Amino acid sequence: MKTYQLPEVKIERDKDRCIDCQVCVRQCAFEAHIVDEDGEVYSEDEKCVACQRCVSLCPTNALTIKDNKPFVKDNANWTAETQKYIWKQAETGGVLLTGMGNPKPYPIYWDHMLLNASQVTNPSIDPLREPMELRTYLGSKPDKIDIKMVDGEPVLNTKLAPQLMVKTPILFSAMSFGAVSYSVCEGLARASKELGTFWNTGEGGLPQNLYEYGPNTIVQVASGRFGVHSEYLDAAAAIEIKIGQGAKPGIGGHLPGEKVGAEVSRTRMIPVGSDAISPAPHHDIYSIEDLSQLIFSLKEATEYTKPISVKISAVHNVAAIASGIARAGADIIAIDGFRGGTGAAPTMIRDNVGIPIELAIAAVDTRLRDEAIRNRVSVIAAGGFRNSADVIKAIALGADAVYLGTAALVAMGCHVCQMCYTGKCNWGIATQDPYLEKRLNPDVAAERLFNLVRGWSHEIAEMLGGMGLNAIESLRGNRLHLRSIGLSTEEMDILGLQAAGSPMA
Amino acid sequence: MKGRIHRRNISGCGLAGMMSEDGRLMSGEGIIRSMEVLHDRSNGLGGGFAGYGIYPDRQDHYALHIMYDDIKAKEMTDVLIDEWFEVDAEEVIPTRKVPGVGKAPLLWRYFVKPSADFNECGVCEEDYVIDAVMLVNSTVEGAFIFSSGKNMGAFKAVGFPEDVGKFYRLDEYEGYTWIGHGRFPTNTPGWWGGAHPFTILDWAIVHNGEISSYGINKRYLEMFGYKCTMLTDTEVVAYSFDLLLRRHNLPIELACKALAASFWTDIDRMKAQGKKVADVYEALRMVYGGGLLNGPFAIILGHANGMVGLSDRVKLRPLVAARKDDMLYIASEESAIREVASGLDKVWNPKAGEPVIGELRIPVSNTDAVRELEETVA
Repeated sequence: MKTYQLPEVKIERDKDRCIDCQVCVRQCAFEAHIVDEDGEVYSEDEKCVACQRCVSLCPTNALTIKDNKPFVKDNANWTAETQKYIWKQAETGGVLLTGMGNPKPYPIYWDHMLLNASQVTNPSIDPLREPMELRTYLGSKPDKIDIKMVDGEPVLNTKLAPQLMVKTPILFSAMSFGAVSYSVCEGLARASKELGTFWNTGEGGLPQNLYEYGPNTIVQVASGRFGVHSEYLDAAAAIEIKIGQGAKPGIGGHLPGEKVGAEVSRTRMIPVGSDAISPAPHHDIYSIEDLSQLIFSLKEATEYTKPISVKISAVHNVAAIASGIARAGADIIAIDGFRGGTGAAPTMIRDNVGIPIELAIAAVDTRLRDEAIRNRVSVIAAGGFRNSADVIKAIALGADAVYLGTAALVAMGCHVCQMCYTGKCNWGIATQDPYLEKRLNPDVAAERLFNLVRGWSHEIAEMLGGMGLNAIESLRGNRLHLRSIGLSTEEMDILGLQAAGSPMA
Repeated sequence: MKGRIHRRNISGCGLAGMMSEDGRLMSGEGIIRSMEVLHDRSNGLGGGFAGYGIYPDRQDHYALHIMYDDIKAKEMTDVLIDEWFEVDAEEVIPTRKVPGVGKAPLLWRYFVKPSADFNECGVCEEDYVIDAVMLVNSTVEGAFIFSSGKNMGAFKAVGFPEDVGKFYRLDEYEGYTWIGHGRFPTNTPGWWGGAHPFTILDWAIVHNGEISSYGINKRYLEMFGYKCTMLTDTEVVAYSFDLLLRRHNLPIELACKALAASFWTDIDRMKAQGKKVADVYEALRMVYGGGLLNGPFAIILGHANGMVGLSDRVKLRPLVAARKDDMLYIASEESAIREVASGLDKVWNPKAGEPVIGELRIPVSNTDAVRELEETVA
């Protein structure tokens, strides 16, 4: 069937610069660059996904990818995008698929919050000269500790629940082997070890070669139970039950059979080439008490040595759900906002289901405090953190730490072209094609991830010191250091913020 | 308080404290002189004191010091007090006219015991008293209970501290511990209740500094049922000590380690040296992170059994201590100590976050902890 879809980008090739070296041809798995019989290279705009791989590698800077949004007659309702979706479905009869997080221009609340700084009455603290502490313990804490005196020395008389200690309140979010390449997993694992933080296997199991990074690994138990066995649980520092994901709340996961090669097959414990479909709910969890059973099954299986996290997507009733999860025995609650990424999701779900992480953090933290159970769980927020300012604002709203997914991928080369579900990632990230995968060198991936988190941590220390604080726990939930700008009173109320310009109170 | 807009105030300050660990009684004249030396650290917008051992004849009663905007506020409060307490005596707090201290609210004190049936509430006596104080302070317009301990009292006003001390005739009281405070607020609330000390039960806090962690300290304390009605930094310090010392039974040293925590590098080093106490410090930070007081501060805490001086973990505000015989002195400046004591045995600058602790040699038994201890021993 002839497609009515119009190309969205224009590939400009400067013929004065192009030397027909065919680097672009080899680099593009979408075959947007082609060489003709005479050895001359040309391009086909409609195939281009704007991932910028060819532009980055062109030795003579001959290529430019330009926005070429199709012109459709002015119409706020029937935009080029809405028409494109209809054409697509009219041609295929399928569900619209996409990758990464919600790209729609919903309010980004981070950009409506301003941080505080000290002047005169309390001095700012210089992180270059004074200690600035970002260390964070994730896990359940008691409300109080008991001390007994032994030979005049205080000794702890309270047994503490297992904790994850992170040197900086930034962890890497769940991205499964299968959805992402082995090199990505290795890069994340090595960077985590180097940084003193954790990466998360997602639902794809832990590749055998990465077991040595177990002490820096959070393993996931998702509804498909892929790759879950006792050594897997034993290897990890913590276990995360995945209930939901911000990009696609309410549905399961889907790894197409093309991405299931020998290694993915072995790791996930499924046949080569078979689709890995994790169901929408866990088939043993139909209520909060069922969740509690799974939490305690995992605790029993690991002899209460590891914190158990429960990851949910940020949905309308997130605060009450989080409270239930805390009471069900979870040590950590991970909340994924609607800008959280994914390897594959139905477009309509990604773009229309769930709520922003900013509102979810505030609602959950407030609820847990109202119920006086905030100590019982740690809260990890996820879903589209773009920079260190987003992170520090999340902590001021009440998160203990954040998960980075998309930002970590971008650090490794991702240009957010949203084609992850095709398996043709030219950057070697969201692919299992050995030819593409080897483009991502795990050494380079690990170094780039390390640099990113190191840079962000420095910035967080700088901003923290500016506020006159020298320990991250003094900012956690300290919403007085945030002011809102351009928000409605309802939004301010949910976020627990005052307007910029209002005095300290 | 209801109907008032009290913005949280930030201020610089001067503070001083003196204590006889033998429990010898001293007139309030000394602390007034000590504070007078620190005149320049305040700006006349608030001064106050707390004395311990000042009501020996009624040491089993809670002494409620209350300021009223008008007689209507008193009438409303009296109804609540009669409901919650048995009142042994009720009187105007004696004052004298002093140039420097302006129009006073109505200042009353009551010596009370919880109503006979308070046990039905299922809370301990101290929590009952706190609930009553918080009820009055948060619901009765124009009434403010600014002191609620046994055998102790807070006295505060708008004015320079030395004038406030004379106004309240502190030279006529005798106590074994005195703490004093002069404010340098950066705004002018003009409200007597905003002066230090801040008290709850017998905990009295004078404070120089700004708690930059206030936003989370307040939310943290709210989980334990405290209502931060005053919107001041200092209030959260008082409640934090009440939580850690009275309700969680932590030793004073460890309560101070929770509020002005050791740095992780120090804790790690202690761990490497095999010191067991490092585990305690680590646990304190994990569990009491929301209570950590961050930002510049120096405080003196007075309580029935002693006095504690503490600065923030990088000591951004001054604090000096000295000892002579049974006396412990703590002040913002050494001059305030030298003014009232000569031939000191020892004068030192306590390190950042390191508490200076004075304790009565024979403790007063009025806390849960002591009671429990006595019961165990018995």
